[in-house]
Amino acid sequence: MNDIIVHGLEWTTKELFTYPNEFIYWSIQIVMYPYMTGLVAGAFVLSSLYHVFGQKDLKEIARFSLVFSLALLPVAAMPLLLHLQQPLRAIHPLMTPHFTSAISAFGIVFLTYALIVLSEIWFVYRGHFVTQADLLAGSSSLGDRMKRGVFKALAMGATDLSPEAMAKDKKAVGIMAGVGIPVACFLHGYAGFIFGSVKANALWMSPLMPVIFIMSAVVSGIALCMLTYIVIMEYKKFKAVMAKGRGDESVLLIKGAEMEVISKASRYLMSFLVAAISLEILDLIFRGYTAMKSWDILRSVMYGKDFVNIFILQYGIGNLLPFLILILPGRNLRRVTVATILILFGVFMMRWNVVIGGQAFSLSFSGFMHYHLPIVPHSLETFKEGLGGALMVIATPYLLFYFINKFVPSLGSSK
Amino acid sequence: MKCSRRDFLQKGVCAALAASLPVSALKLLAPGEAAAMLKESNLRWAFLVDTRKCVGCGMCVKACKNENEIPYDTPVTRTWVERYVVTRDGKTRIDSPDGARDGFVSPEIMGEEIDDKEITKAFFLPKLCNHCATPACVQVCPVGATYQAPDGTVLVDRKWCIGCGYCIMACPYGVRFFHPVHKVAEKCTFCYHRINQGMQAACVQACPFGVRQMGNLKDPDDPVTKIILTERVGVLKDEYGTKPHVFYLGLDERVR
Amino acid sequence: MKNHVLRPLWVALALVLVILVARKIYVPSDFGINGQNYTFGFYRKANLDDWKAVKVKYSGREYCKDCHEENYQANASSKHHLLQCENCHGPAGSHPDDPAKLVVDRSRELCLRCHAKLNYPNSQRAALPGIDPVKHNQGSACIECHKPHKPDMEG
Repeated sequence: MNDIIVHGLEWTTKELFTYPNEFIYWSIQIVMYPYMTGLVAGAFVLSSLYHVFGQKDLKEIARFSLVFSLALLPVAAMPLLLHLQQPLRAIHPLMTPHFTSAISAFGIVFLTYALIVLSEIWFVYRGHFVTQADLLAGSSSLGDRMKRGVFKALAMGATDLSPEAMAKDKKAVGIMAGVGIPVACFLHGYAGFIFGSVKANALWMSPLMPVIFIMSAVVSGIALCMLTYIVIMEYKKFKAVMAKGRGDESVLLIKGAEMEVISKASRYLMSFLVAAISLEILDLIFRGYTAMKSWDILRSVMYGKDFVNIFILQYGIGNLLPFLILILPGRNLRRVTVATILILFGVFMMRWNVVIGGQAFSLSFSGFMHYHLPIVPHSLETFKEGLGGALMVIATPYLLFYFINKFVPSLGSSK
Repeated sequence: MKCSRRDFLQKGVCAALAASLPVSALKLLAPGEAAAMLKESNLRWAFLVDTRKCVGCGMCVKACKNENEIPYDTPVTRTWVERYVVTRDGKTRIDSPDGARDGFVSPEIMGEEIDDKEITKAFFLPKLCNHCATPACVQVCPVGATYQAPDGTVLVDRKWCIGCGYCIMACPYGVRFFHPVHKVAEKCTFCYHRINQGMQAACVQACPFGVRQMGNLKDPDDPVTKIILTERVGVLKDEYGTKPHVFYLGLDERVR
Repeated sequence: MKNHVLRPLWVALALVLVILVARKIYVPSDFGINGQNYTFGFYRKANLDDWKAVKVKYSGREYCKDCHEENYQANASSKHHLLQCENCHGPAGSHPDDPAKLVVDRSRELCLRCHAKLNYPNSQRAALPGIDPVKHNQGSACIECHKPHKPDMEG
């Protein structure tokens, strides 16, 4: 408690006139947070497109994106824990929620959404838990016995695998997937509301903000699932080729990523992409037209300092370019891979431009603040709120997915 | 049978969500509580700043830092003074070196030496937390760590704040910051510990020129209240609807 | 076979129950709507007393009078009579117990707060007697020539 740290001082430089207490308080982790919840929401919506709307082409990717959505979920809370000045008090929004604050919704929405995802996964995999527990019944090795214990616990005593019971499961999955869509949208939309409702911030204040966030969240979720799906499936094929040689029968059976699935998902991706960019451009046009008190400084930030970030990186490379790649005839796996990577980059830039961009100008409208992301950490704070912390957040879902997938396998063709 | 199962599930989910309602929200319905809430306090603090008298000595900032234990060498401060220099070409230059903790000791502003003849007007503007009547910062606190006391003072519960920074982002006036030692949200408290003992706030006492004053808006005989009610006073950024309670005499349109 | 479909729901309700119990234990009993409404008056009531209990550091001019009569009177009848002793000497606290001695700030910067001349039209700052800090004995302490307690009579 004795160390004196002015939070934000290290990574903020000021230009012209800013109030003494102004620093970039919401830095990289607050950029990561809506990004991660966006991926969570998008992955879930993609999965629900199959379970609720019966889009049969999406069956393969639906299972995967549901489980991946679960792996992403704890990671959505990570940036907040890394950002809080008092992380040990993180439970307070659940203890004394002040519902006039958008942030207070986090505890309850997050829990509700987690329960829905977990329930849906339970219904999808209940049969698997039961059969695996049975398979491991005779084994005496410690590893197998432990695994059996886990599967038995996961089954929660519901061992009925009759057609009626499985039909009940399927119905429950449909309900969970349906109920989960608005909750997933709320999980991310409220993040948009967090920013959109701050009247003190000229860039954030807008009723469009929650909608823009949701649209771009779905975009990023679909893109991430497509990309991860492609990478994993192609890697599996690659491994098989390396092991057995190209002509081997087992290799021919492993199909790698399926173009049918990818094409269908791409179409959804494109429509949400168009929706997201339209709203952002609408917001920009309105601001310029109404030219409120903040317009002068906003203009100098958006068309000056942040021009490359907004128009080149986010709109150009992150939106227009992948849209063109996807819409051109002759769509193939390589092109789609590039497009999804660019989209993920574009959505990240959108979060960056909102969070950091909103703090790029002073409340005085007479000065600027520049954000310098801490690259090499020399203290806990410069790690947590620097590149180290961001990388940790990005890597963790994959780590979690690796372990979760051992119990709820979601890759490869279903029976 | 199909209908009842789906119904049950849906009702179950609703019940689960409803059961998560905070107990305190139910408190709103208790009649005794509601009655107590309606009884108003006979004390409402207001602050008056006479900008025509301010010379930018910064004694207020120094006193505040010492009184309220804000580490002296850090750039954050509960109150500060801004300098405005308006030149003949219409340009306004504004600065506040370390919040005017050490006063203004040089005519150089923003790295420029301005010729005296070019200056049309120049003044100093003290700022502090406005202890608004409908504070945006309190509205956005997710945990009820910052609040409005019965006498209008807006305070932060250092033991409950989680340090999310939402209140800092929500304040249009930039008066909030993270306390460098306590690692929670921090801001001017109107020297709550002093005014509740009949003392003046540290900045009010420290100002040699009587720029700063505090009074009770509910008391019509209070000299400060009389000025606010009879003379022409301004407030900062009233367009945000926060209803600030720091009133300024001689507030210039150039003030940011 | 009991309906297994509701099993996750029971888990959910159990979790909600755990949270409600935890809340009852963890949250102080005076936490609630203690003010006008839920929006602005939702807090832990005892915090008001926490803030009232903060130690007062600055005592004001009258506190110094009894022991430092000479300087007090000199100051009171001089052009510096508007200044508080603590403006220059720092907070008295419970002096002479703690702190035992107060700062005697002899730096140039202290005086320049008011006396660095700034010719601002329509500002009281311009009316204060002042010097150009660059041209007037730069590097020297002001008190080498001027008496802070009674600046009317200076060397």
